[in-house]
Amino acid sequence: MPEINSFSKEDLCDLSIIELRKLLQKQEISFSAIIKSVENRINDKEKTINGYISLFIEQATEQAKNLDQNRKDLDKLPWLTGIPIAIKDNICVKDALTTCGSKILSNFVSPYDATVTKRLKDNGAIIIGKTNLDEFAMGSSSEMSFYGPVSNPHNSELVPGGSSGGSAAVVSYGGAFAALGSDTGGSVRQPAALCGVAGIKPTYGRVSRYGLVAFASSLDQIGQIGKTVKDCAILLSVVGGLDEHDSTSVNESMAGILDFESDIKNLRIGIPKEYFVEGLDPGVEKAVRNMIKTITQHCACVKEVSLPNTQYAIAAYYLICTAEISSNLARYDAVKYGYRSKDANNLRELYEKTREEGFGQEVKRRIILGAYGLSKGYYEEYYGTAQKVRTLIRNDFDQVFKEVDVLLTPTSPTVAFRKGEKISDPLTMYLSDIYTVPVSLAGLPAMSIPCKDKHKNLPVGLQIIGRPFDEKTVLNVANWLEQQ
Amino acid sequence: MSKFEPVIGLEVHVQLKTQSKLFCSCAVEYGAEPNSNVCPICLGLPGVLPVLNNRAVELAIKLGLALNCQITEYSRFARKHYFYPDLPKGYQITQYQEPLARNGYVEVKNNRIRINRIILEEDSGKSMHCGNETLIDFNRCSVPLVEIVTEPDIRSPEQSIDYLQYLRQILQYLEVSDADMEKGHFRCEPNISVRMAGEKFGTRTELKNLNSLRNVRDALEFEVKRQSEILNSGGKVVQETLFWDEAKMETGSMRGKEESEDYRYFPEPDLPPLLIFKDEIEKLMKEFPVLPEKRKEYFVKELGLPEADAKILVSEKSVADYYEAVLKYLPEPKLVANWIITEVGAILNEKKIAINELSIPPQNIAELLLMIKKSEITGKVAKEVFTEMVETKEEPDKIVAKKGVGLIDDENLLNSTIDEVLKTNPEVVDKYKKGKTTVFGFLVGEVMKKTKGKFLPQKVNEALTKKL
Repeated sequence: MPEINSFSKEDLCDLSIIELRKLLQKQEISFSAIIKSVENRINDKEKTINGYISLFIEQATEQAKNLDQNRKDLDKLPWLTGIPIAIKDNICVKDALTTCGSKILSNFVSPYDATVTKRLKDNGAIIIGKTNLDEFAMGSSSEMSFYGPVSNPHNSELVPGGSSGGSAAVVSYGGAFAALGSDTGGSVRQPAALCGVAGIKPTYGRVSRYGLVAFASSLDQIGQIGKTVKDCAILLSVVGGLDEHDSTSVNESMAGILDFESDIKNLRIGIPKEYFVEGLDPGVEKAVRNMIKTITQHCACVKEVSLPNTQYAIAAYYLICTAEISSNLARYDAVKYGYRSKDANNLRELYEKTREEGFGQEVKRRIILGAYGLSKGYYEEYYGTAQKVRTLIRNDFDQVFKEVDVLLTPTSPTVAFRKGEKISDPLTMYLSDIYTVPVSLAGLPAMSIPCKDKHKNLPVGLQIIGRPFDEKTVLNVANWLEQQ
Repeated sequence: MSKFEPVIGLEVHVQLKTQSKLFCSCAVEYGAEPNSNVCPICLGLPGVLPVLNNRAVELAIKLGLALNCQITEYSRFARKHYFYPDLPKGYQITQYQEPLARNGYVEVKNNRIRINRIILEEDSGKSMHCGNETLIDFNRCSVPLVEIVTEPDIRSPEQSIDYLQYLRQILQYLEVSDADMEKGHFRCEPNISVRMAGEKFGTRTELKNLNSLRNVRDALEFEVKRQSEILNSGGKVVQETLFWDEAKMETGSMRGKEESEDYRYFPEPDLPPLLIFKDEIEKLMKEFPVLPEKRKEYFVKELGLPEADAKILVSEKSVADYYEAVLKYLPEPKLVANWIITEVGAILNEKKIAINELSIPPQNIAELLLMIKKSEITGKVAKEVFTEMVETKEEPDKIVAKKGVGLIDDENLLNSTIDEVLKTNPEVVDKYKKGKTTVFGFLVGEVMKKTKGKFLPQKVNEALTKKL
């Protein structure tokens, strides 16, 4: 079979998974050609973008070679066979470094696969590399990594968003066909928006967290980033579903996630008014409202709704997530694995120096905040109250979902911002998550897709929020909008 | 000194008798090679999650019922944070505000001791300090424990020991735990203060590092004395944690003790709430075995067994069950009890097996004992038959027939044999007739030898006496 290094005018690495699969089915390309195309693109872009921490090009090439030599009928092979997928570096891949973008895990080689990794491998995917991120997934710009910041492929002076900035960037520039990220307060949706790709955060409990290095246990979910909505859906259908290793994973049917046949015109669309207030860049608002106009012309019911407790979401989120962070990061103590300070002379110094030297500023900031919020005398006031507010926020959504089926909002209040712009003021940085955080608190599924219009020539993201475990409707609406 | 009354509360940590650990499938195995029963989960590697061992929950519920507790229908796990090398996650998964069981009691020697709570939690690893190094073995990490906390209802060191022995017996009887203090299955931490009777509670101290019941008693006696002396001289007891120095026989302050720790408890987000349904509890209560004290009472009062024998029989549930099973076929409590305690007990000891491994159906024992009762075999023969039953698992009557050791009831044979013996030993008969009654035994022996023990000794005695 002829080795094809490029196909038509486009490089293979710019195609979607579905397009690629068609070519493979027609035997018009080889698996090795796919890897070669991605490899060339990575070599071209990585110096500027810095989206990857680890790359497995050699193994990928070997795997592709095997697939080519033992070429079987593709219809008999699973969906992701031979497709290079990237995995965020806070998700464990066996025998590979899993650094979480941190010095404290810079030498940690995981002895086990995360459930999602295993499911990708079982589905034939080729793991091409581990992507860069804000340290321990804490951040909204991917500037807080021990391995240096990630750049936005649309303009390398800008951030790609975070914390899954690496995953969004490599999908955006063609360094992988799709990627897994993690989303705790917006870390898949916001970088997807800023990089102009699609990204979905599933319902809490939909995708197993076993092997995802924990940040905020009650909020974390592994999200899927792809060039198209359908690509994201394919990835979700492979990794999602009940896992006995994760006691918080839920036994909800995955049926219908790949079903895009139903017409959306009878769906009721809600536009929450609290998401269109001061702080939202007018250019972003314009692009989002145009998308809403498009859907208004098709769907019978598009109306304004209210989520009155939205204003408390950021505060509640940061109280809850910092508490859980301070707990989840207690295990990094230099005893069993990871970085160990050389200057320690006793146990106490071992802990103090290792953690002082091994963690970055933002991580330390959140650990201290979290420990404070959980401390004697403050627990009820901070963590306790935040959890109650969380229930109120969830109730807002439950109420609204009695009248509508999905909500449309901007994903991020701005387009991609300059590197260094927000880094000195954590609170400003935290506000970038203002539209994504309430959804995380409520545990709902939500997706970001690029609007048709750009602003300042940069991508703008539209967020689609659905009922618990109703990824199907979210994906359908997103897909319809994408097709217009 | 005697004007001060001790006020004691006991906190006991018990290792549950499960195959696997509390949150992963690693084996629970005493004495295994260090760090051989570990996995990413119990080592607290990045990204792992706990999965609850339901058997541990069952055992904890069983214990709760035995201690007359309310079983909480909705309980939660919590994280308890502190830094120490043998605690891999930097927190222990335990229970805090919502324990699995609460508000129970036990009655020990007519005193009621209230149980505040029973908590299910994971154990930590073991640290061994060797000179400059500390070695850590994570085999014990995440092994299931229950923590049983009493109210401060105990009023003497002696009473503490009674309670601990009672608790241990229940744990072993219900097979909730082997409760072997030497293996660390059963760890006790008393809280003790003293007061003038009727006054409010004084300041208490907590004692650690007590690894035998004797140590518990000695440490408590020492503390009572120490605190009483302080109060007598007008001083104040300091609230602190003390360790027991076995060599010096005194309590000492734990070195480097800091201000009381803030464990920053919060509900464990990786585990859903534990729901224990009413009908599950009711089902368990229906199947609940009679506890050893009550069962012993029954053996003594209803079956008429001596206290000591009853105590032995109820030491293990399987032994008491076996005993009662044999009784069903042969309702002779004392006879059966004796046989089980002496003969069966001896075999179990010799072969180092448990009664369940004996594989002799209870009715076979009953049959054997019935044969003794009906004088079909002698006691001595019965022991031989029993030994063979253990080896071959055959029924006793088959063995008796095979070996031909059954007693016979043939008057004529007996009389003719006696005649023969008397004829061949005229000097002995003479001696007897002259008053030397001791030779009677020799004559009996001769008859037994000739008849190969097929006659009951009493019968031989009677017949021989008649003839002489």
